[in-house]
Formats: sequence, structure tokens, C-alpha cells
Amino acid sequence: MKDKPLSLESVSRTFGATEVLRDFSLNIVLGEFVAIVGPSGCGKTTLLHLLAGFDKPSSGRVIIKGRVRMVYQQDGLFPWRTVAENIQMGLRHVRDKTERERELKELLALIRLEGFEDNYPHQLSGGMKQRVELARALAGDTDTLLLDEPFSALDYLTRLRLRRELARMLKERPRTVVLVTHDIEEAAQLADRVIVLSDRPARIRCELQLAAERPRDPTHPEVIDAMHQILTVLGLEHDARESEVFSL
Amino acid sequence: MKEEKLSGKTRVLPVIVLIIIVALWVLISWLQLFPESEFPSPQSVVQGFGEEIRAGRLFDDLVASLFRVTLGFALAVVLGIPVGLILGDRARARRALLPTVNFFRNLSPLAWIPFAILWFGIGDRPAIFLIFMTSFFPIVLATIAAVASIPAVFFRVAENYGYRGAELLTQVTLPAIAPQVITALRITAGLAWVVVVAAEMIAGRDGLGFAIWDSRNGLRLDLLVVNMIAIGFIGVVIDRLLLQLTKLPNLRWGYER
Ligand SMILES: Nc1ncnc2c1ncn2[C@@H]1O[C@H](COP(=O)(O)OP(=O)(O)OP(=O)(O)O)[C@@H](O)[C@H]1O
Ligand SMILES: [Mg+2]
Repeated sequence: MKDKPLSLESVSRTFGATEVLRDFSLNIVLGEFVAIVGPSGCGKTTLLHLLAGFDKPSSGRVIIKGRVRMVYQQDGLFPWRTVAENIQMGLRHVRDKTERERELKELLALIRLEGFEDNYPHQLSGGMKQRVELARALAGDTDTLLLDEPFSALDYLTRLRLRRELARMLKERPRTVVLVTHDIEEAAQLADRVIVLSDRPARIRCELQLAAERPRDPTHPEVIDAMHQILTVLGLEHDARESEVFSL
Repeated sequence: MKEEKLSGKTRVLPVIVLIIIVALWVLISWLQLFPESEFPSPQSVVQGFGEEIRAGRLFDDLVASLFRVTLGFALAVVLGIPVGLILGDRARARRALLPTVNFFRNLSPLAWIPFAILWFGIGDRPAIFLIFMTSFFPIVLATIAAVASIPAVFFRVAENYGYRGAELLTQVTLPAIAPQVITALRITAGLAWVVVVAAEMIAGRDGLGFAIWDSRNGLRLDLLVVNMIAIGFIGVVIDRLLLQLTKLPNLRWGYER
């Protein structure tokens, strides 16, 4: 059981008359990077809130093992705390003071923000804030990261750069990751498994496994191929290969 | 609020305006457009200042007024912020009490003057009561509004990182509302300073407000102007002091956009 830190067992979630999830099941294995893409409003954030324990299912079961942390679109940083103080939030459970300080230094180096520890979030660029969010979530011994469109407020080049950095950080500090994104390229480049959701109530429309080792380039053949398949499922690409697509 | 780089020239502009006003005053009284008994001359006011300072009256009145405002205002802050926090947190209690709070917020505190005298007599206590009535309700309302506008994401982050109970209050809620509440305190302190003058005019034996009333009764318009200048000046000083709070580095985020 230890290898399944997160699972949803026939989970339903309704808000009044709005049925967001119906009989939804998903298993995530230890160390896996799962990316979830789907139309706006289909229930991706709801799914993450269930996995984070912020929300309870209307029926079904959510199993969460270990320490789970959610990463937001920059606005999750506490603006009254400096970069160092925000990252230290993630080290609260570390008893030893020198250990905490060593970790902070290491994390600042990991996100390449040495020298910015005393800055406040409003004094940073969007990309810098996002790196601080990641460092805070990676600090200490978290087991799982839930990322809700973490890079969507950034420009394309910054996004590419941060994807690389996230992959590099995960190489150094492996975690189970669930990434929600609208960016199909991002999903295909970063994840071991990409899940495409349907409109509300969300069903799994198709699921792809990517075998190539992470980190990968956005132009890696397997990434390109996965993007092609996802776009085809979404009806945004039409060609002969359509029939090969594994669709649920 | 964007911090503009002020050149030396723009910095002296307020001083120039002040000089023009004083010059006009000097000119009008020199031309004797109005009788001295209705329009005191600058010289008589300067002499009045000397007189009031030498007698120690100006200082005593100032201390009396500041004492009342400080105590009434502090009481309103100490009670108003917790009440605002509780109401901000509890929808049912808020729905029940908000109309009442709004009623008193919109009732001029001066309407309480007769009761203040009946209940508390003359002196410090009625003034403190009136300052409290002036400040308490706006502080409660501002705190409720500030709590309501804390983004839900902050509470989710707090939960993820294990902030609960007292720590949630001191590490998340209070810092999150601080900038908005401090802005409200500045406005409320201004109101309180306005009201203490009115309170002392009617329910005082000393204080700057009483000095205004006393000068008028003694037909000492020069002293009236002396006290007016003191009141306006202290009001500005109070606001400047509270403005310093907004310069704290961990509050700047609330004022910069
Ligand atoms: N607390 C709530 N109360 C009522 N309805 C809600 C609540 N949270 C979500 N919903 C509804 O659930 C549906 C799914 O919302 P959710 O935020 O999960 O979508 P999403 O897939 O994350 O969308 P986006 O891609 O735009 O972020 C929406 O129709 C939304 O209106
Ligand atoms: Mg969402």
C-alpha cells in the first residue's frame, strides 16, 4: 500500500446542482509525476483540493498518505514574509536550528535566488515568486506536491525555463507530483502520465504513459508524439494517426 | 501609492502656499477690512501664543486633549479589532449584529453628548466615552471588511504548513488584515481628534476644545486662533505618526500595487 500515496475511489463531488465529479477513480503511485489537462471548469482544482484534504467528497473515498503540499500561481506566498521567511514555513517541522538554516541555504541555491532572501514577494518578478513557491513546498520532507497551473501566469520563455528547473529540482528531491495545467506541451514534457479529462462531470478521456526519462526537452520525440495524441483526442488535430489513439 | 522623486522645487511648494496665506492675513488685517474684534491680526495671535505658553495653559490643554483621545481610541482599538475578528469569522453573528453596528456607525457621536454628561459628568470621562463611541464602530466595520477580503488561498496554505489556533491568528489573519486596518485607524484617529474638540467645548473644564469655547466667551479671538492652529497642527502630527506605521517593511505589500 505504501506505493500508492494518493488514490480516489469512485469519488463524487457536487456543489448544489453542479455535478463536478461522478464516480471518479484515480491511483497515483509513489514518485510518479501525473499531469492532468482538461477544459476550464471541468473540476481539476476540485480534484486537487480533494487530494490535498481541503475538500471532502460527497461520496466515495480519498486516501492520502504522507505530507501533501499544494503550490499555487504565485499568490500563495505570504506577502508579509520575506523570501527566507516564506521558505522557512516549509521547515517548521525541522527541530534543529542549524539544520533549518542549512536547508534554507540549500533551497535558495536550488532556486538560484541567493541574495534575495530578504526581499518581499512584491519585490520579485513572477518567475522568481513561482520559484519561491516551489522551494517552500519542496522544503523538508514533503511526500507529494500538488501544482495547480503553477506557470500559467508567466510568459512562454519563463515557463520553459521554470519547467526545466522544476524537472531539475525533482531530480535532486524526488517527489510524487500531480500537476494541473492547460499547457499540453508542459504536461507532455514533465509527466510520466498525462490524463486528459472531459467536460463536467469530469471523466478520464484518455491516459498516456511516457517512458522517456525525466528531465526531457520539449522537443523530445516522445513529447511531440504525446502532444500529437492529446491534440487529436481533443479534436484539434486531424490526420491518419487518429485511429491509433488509445481513448477511453 | 507610488513614491515620486520630489525635486527641491516641489518640496518647498507647501511652504510657499503657507507664506501666501499668512501674507494675505497680514494684508487683510493691515487694510483693516474687518474690525479687530471679528478678525484678529497676526501680531495679536503671536502675542497670544506667547501668553498661552507662558501661562502653561496651551500645554495643559494639549495634554488633556491628547490623553482623552489616546485613551478613548486605545479602548476602541483593543475592543474593536477582536470584535471585528469574531464577526468577520462568524457569518451568523455577523448577520445578526451588522445592522446594529452600521446604525451606530452612522449616528453622529455628538448626539451622545447629553448622555455623556448625564452619565459621566464633566471632565475626562465623558470625552473618553465620546471618543470611544466615535472610533469603536468604524474600527469594527473595517476589521470585518479586512477579514472578509483575506484570500482563501492563505488559509489553505496555512493548513498545509500546520498553522492552527492562536498561531493562525497571529501568523496569518492579523498580518493579512494589518494594512487595511491601519488605513482605517488613520481615518478613525482623525475623526476622534475632531470629536474631542466638540466634546470638550460642552463637557470639559480644560482641553483644547474647552479653550476654544473659553476664548470665545472671553471675546479673546486671538486666543481662539491660537487654539485653532494648535488643534490643526496636532491633528496633522497624529496622522503623520500613524502614517509611519505604513512604512514598516512587512506592511509595504498592502500599500504598493
Ligand atoms: N466551492 C464551490 N462552490 C460551488 N461551486 C463550485 C465550488 N468550487 C468549484 N465549483 C464549481 O465546480 C466546477 C469545477 O471547478 P474547478 O475550479 O474545479 O474547475 P477547474 O477545472 O479547476 O477550472 P479552471 O481550469 O478554470 O481552473 C465549476 O463549475 C465551479 O463552478
Ligand atoms: Mg482551476
